[in-house]
Amino acid sequence: MMLIVNGEPEDCPATTLAELLIALEYEGDWLATAVNGDLVHREDRPRHQLKQGDRIEILSPMQGG
Amino acid sequence: MPLTLYDIEVSSRLLLGTARYPSPAILAEAIRRSGTEILTVSLRRETAGGKAGGAFFQLVKDLGMHVLPNTAGCHSASEAVLTARMAREIFSTNWIKLEVIGHQDTLQPDVFGLVDAARILNQEGFQVFPYTTDDLVVGEKLLAAGCSVLMTWCAPIGSAMGPQNKTALRAMRAEFPDIPLIVDAGIGRPSHATTVMELGYDAVLLNTAVAGALDPPMMAQAFAGAITAGQKAYQAGMLEPRDMAVPSTPVIGKGVFA
Repeated sequence: MMLIVNGEPEDCPATTLAELLIALEYEGDWLATAVNGDLVHREDRPRHQLKQGDRIEILSPMQGG
Repeated sequence: MPLTLYDIEVSSRLLLGTARYPSPAILAEAIRRSGTEILTVSLRRETAGGKAGGAFFQLVKDLGMHVLPNTAGCHSASEAVLTARMAREIFSTNWIKLEVIGHQDTLQPDVFGLVDAARILNQEGFQVFPYTTDDLVVGEKLLAAGCSVLMTWCAPIGSAMGPQNKTALRAMRAEFPDIPLIVDAGIGRPSHATTVMELGYDAVLLNTAVAGALDPPMMAQAFAGAITAGQKAYQAGMLEPRDMAVPSTPVIGKGVFA
């Protein structure tokens, strides 16, 4: 299934957001996820079904002013 | 006297950004010498398999400070609102330093988008620290939208120009006597920080002025002293300038030699 992950096209067989994170080796409790502009809470990732063309954002902390 | 920002009380009047330091060790030392209790942080896209965010997350946790995540780089209300929600997911805090940038060169806030985003976030239980201009009417609208703190620029972010419009800053203080006012952007040197604290501001948020110094920890300490000096001066009540000299030594009883 073709997805857009952090702005880049990604062909991934994952069907849920949790599976996508595992497939792409994202791990850690410091990540936040959004799909098509909506926050998906950590606990909701296993049941969040992905669809062709979904835009996924995966953010983590960084230095800021 | 402690400063209360929403439900948190702090002693230090210095809020410190965590970006642009030469190394994490220098950042940690600058934090220590600044005496700050509040750090600003941000969010960015993580790379697949990346651990950079995790290392910084751990550093911030280990420092044990209050964390104020920002929405830096957001150019619309909707983008800022989503970033705020994602920040709350990571940092488990309702605090958000809300930035909605309106102009690419000056990084001037888009105050219309700012008020819109503030209204949404306040309704969702966020405690919003809006990065705004020194415009009184915008300040009123932010308070009406539910904000209880205002973060006013005194010059463009990172410009180091210092207070450009003291009259406007003074008016903000007079108009909002009971609202914590923080100068958020444009400070370049400790004397700038002293100046805004002498105007009655409650705190100063610094980043580039410390991180960009040759010796950031020493500069952090210098700012801490400058902010304390300005705060104490405001509380002590300063003399107003006069046009003519007033002798400091009494003339009564002076010897007459002519």
